[in-house]
Amino acid sequence: MSFMLSVVQPTSTWYLVLSAVLFGIGTIGVMVRRNPLIMFMCIELMLNAVNLSFVALSSQIANIDGQVVVFFVLVVAAAEVVVGLGIIVSIMRRRTSLTVDDMSGLKG
Amino acid sequence: MLDLVWLIPALPLAGFLLILLFGRILGEPRAGILATAMAASAFVVTVGVYLDLLSRTAEERHHVVTLFSWLPVGTLHVDMALLADPLSITMALFVTGIGSLIHLYSIGYMHGDPKFSKFFLYLNLFVFSMLMLVLGENLLVTFLGWEGVGACSYFLISFWHTRDSAATAGKKAFVTNRVGDWGMMVAMFLAFSAVGTLSYEGINAAADGGKIAAVTATGIAMMLFVGACGKSAQLPLYIWLPDAMEGPTPVSALIHAATMVTSGVFLLTRMAPVLHASYPWAGDVIATVGALTALFAATVAVAQTDIKKVLAYSTVSQLGFMFLAIGSGAYVAAIFHMVTHAFFKALLFLGSGSVIHGMHHEQDMRKMGALRKLMPVTGFTFIIGWLAIAGIPPFAGFWSKDEVLLYAFANNRLLWLIGVITALLTAYYMTRQVIMVFFGEARWNDHAEENGAHGDHTPHESPWTMVTPLVVLAGLSIVGGAMQLPFSKSTKFLEHWLEPVVHHSEVSIADTWAYSNKWLLLVVAILIAVSGVVAAIAVYSKGKFKIIEPQILADAWRYDSAVSAIVGGPGRAAFGGVAAFDAKIVDGAVNGIGTEVRAASGLLRKVQSGLVRSYAFVIGLGAVALLAWFLLRGIL
Amino acid sequence: MELFVFIVAAAMVLGGALGVVTRSNPVHAAMSLVLTLFGIAVMFVSHNAHFLAAVQVIVYAGAIVVLFLFVIMLLGVDKAEDLSVEPITNQRPLAAIIGVGISAIVIAAIVSSRAGLGASGEGVDKTTLESPDANIRQLARVIFSDNVFAFELTSVLLLVAVIGTVVMARKTKAVGTGK
Repeated sequence: MSFMLSVVQPTSTWYLVLSAVLFGIGTIGVMVRRNPLIMFMCIELMLNAVNLSFVALSSQIANIDGQVVVFFVLVVAAAEVVVGLGIIVSIMRRRTSLTVDDMSGLKG
Repeated sequence: MLDLVWLIPALPLAGFLLILLFGRILGEPRAGILATAMAASAFVVTVGVYLDLLSRTAEERHHVVTLFSWLPVGTLHVDMALLADPLSITMALFVTGIGSLIHLYSIGYMHGDPKFSKFFLYLNLFVFSMLMLVLGENLLVTFLGWEGVGACSYFLISFWHTRDSAATAGKKAFVTNRVGDWGMMVAMFLAFSAVGTLSYEGINAAADGGKIAAVTATGIAMMLFVGACGKSAQLPLYIWLPDAMEGPTPVSALIHAATMVTSGVFLLTRMAPVLHASYPWAGDVIATVGALTALFAATVAVAQTDIKKVLAYSTVSQLGFMFLAIGSGAYVAAIFHMVTHAFFKALLFLGSGSVIHGMHHEQDMRKMGALRKLMPVTGFTFIIGWLAIAGIPPFAGFWSKDEVLLYAFANNRLLWLIGVITALLTAYYMTRQVIMVFFGEARWNDHAEENGAHGDHTPHESPWTMVTPLVVLAGLSIVGGAMQLPFSKSTKFLEHWLEPVVHHSEVSIADTWAYSNKWLLLVVAILIAVSGVVAAIAVYSKGKFKIIEPQILADAWRYDSAVSAIVGGPGRAAFGGVAAFDAKIVDGAVNGIGTEVRAASGLLRKVQSGLVRSYAFVIGLGAVALLAWFLLRGIL
Repeated sequence: MELFVFIVAAAMVLGGALGVVTRSNPVHAAMSLVLTLFGIAVMFVSHNAHFLAAVQVIVYAGAIVVLFLFVIMLLGVDKAEDLSVEPITNQRPLAAIIGVGISAIVIAAIVSSRAGLGASGEGVDKTTLESPDANIRQLARVIFSDNVFAFELTSVLLLVAVIGTVVMARKTKAVGTGK
């Protein structure tokens, strides 16, 4: 067991594949869930997947710029969450049993 | 001096703009004086340009002044340019000269009219348009003037527009002219597609050099002739000219005797090389139409009772003479007759206007008579005009008419015969008019009570503003023949002068029977004129024969009513059909497209469900497609 | 050793992700999200991105998820969503296709470009006992020299976001007839 543990090294490819899978799960979640807050959380999953792939590649090609990008992505994600939750609050203030399907005002 | 040729149309244009802005303030008579001053100064400039041209050699008498580039569109380059050459300056001289005299006359004639300044506004605009027509360097500038004179003719004919007949006459003139204008436009299209330019120099050079096919040249010439038929009142489009007498008499004198109606003659002379390059039958068509028109109008004039209508039909007839000359290839004779006709016809119209003014706007000749003693100057000058038009030597009309008949004889004996009969009738009806108006008994006394209380019924002589132009024009009618006397080469001044313009196209009759026997033909012409005069005196003055004035002649062979019936009946139905086509099919197609687009968008609208998750799905789908494409691009 | 860490962290990440997607109670979903975020932070550490791991925990797990929970409590949407019914027809199969499709394509891209990823930069400083702040030092140097403009912009962005949200989510006072 320990022999196996020391022989097989997880390469950056494994991390990248993991981030792809995480991204896919997040996408499915956005399309399947009807609660707006949970949809938002799934979007956060997708962002994190991307962050992971940036960091993995940054260590693979030995360039610090990948981590710089993750830094900025983190900041922007925070700002985005703030604004998005503000929107959700102002829409759902009165009726708390709303799902995303009820907000279909753009119907042509 | 030649570079100032642009001043010639600019001065009347300035007069037009000044009266447009300040006409009401200037009032009577200052507006009239301003307009006359503008026309007279244009005449002075024209004389200056003429003297400058005279001082040059024959080859150099061709000066183009380009004002600006008007239409640089693709392959079509048209400049606003004026051409000073013998033909255009000849036209400009008598347009501005006679125009100034008529402006002066109008100050007296339109005295007391509430729309006094508006009259001069239109007059100046007309002079401007006419000058653009004759001075134009290319067909488009001429067309600008052509349309301008047509519009001014409409304004001026329907000047007293509160009268139904005047308004209708104006519309009739405009619409009939439009038919002619269509011909001119088609001619321009043909010329441009054949030669690639609209300038006279380009087109005439191409025609002289044989670069225009005879078919195309004939097409252009015939279409120009259609335009000329409209503007110069030939059969079948002459119908507007007699009705145009509804306008004030100075208008009839200026537009419908001396200037606008000569535009057709001018245009064909300007484009003489094109006519020369056409099939020979093109000239024959023009000559025949001219001769027939002349005869037709002369027969009608014999039976008219309105003093101005006689002169109107006389104008149509004399214009027919000019086209007869053009069709026979005698451009110099046509221009000669045009100039002399301008002198004596303007004189006759102004004289009739003086008579109408003195008779307190009575126009029926049956109510006139014995006016010679009461209106001596008018009578004297009118008699000179009569002698000129009848063709009595040594007055101007004799020389020009003889020249036309000479060339007609050399071309076609039958047309010459028609011309001779017309000359006979011309002498006859003009003598009739003079006798009815100025001699005989004073028939106006019998109708004095009918005309109502005017105060002084006795006809009186007109003021100096009206009489002076009569005197000047009478003098010109006497000596005008001197410009082209047939005695020897050195006296043929007009022919030499116009040679640079028409030399290729002028027909040469030097070795025909007609030329060798021209003195015989001259004597024949004199005999014809004298016999016409004698016959009229015998019928109307001495009463030896019965007066023959059949009603069908007075109705102008019912041609006008026939045209009205055709256009009003089947014509109106056809127009209604075209209008319905436009409303249903053209508008329907456009509206139909709109309806179809609306229906399609109604269908597409259903794609928008408003559900965020569906939108998310579509975004994901697009992302998958994009990624797949990138991947495949990289792998393959 | 690394393999062990990878397996544990991957389990955390995937388990949390599946939890977010499948739990009907929003508070449970938020907790699963925290699990995922921690897993990601562990993976950051194993790539020598220590600063980022710390920031991930503090900002993401500490601030953002807390914000989510605030809103859940404020709006009272802690009622569970009914996951057994799907109003849009065929949404779930289609979503599965899309999700699997995206993952598959990206994995294919990753696998096919394995060989071409060599070193291209000036290297990532590893944090050791001698220089415990090597990573944060390098990161700071790059951010505040090459990317200082972007840094300033993001700070402005944060300010704008906060002000905008405050303005947007205000209860507007009804003028005249009250609601």
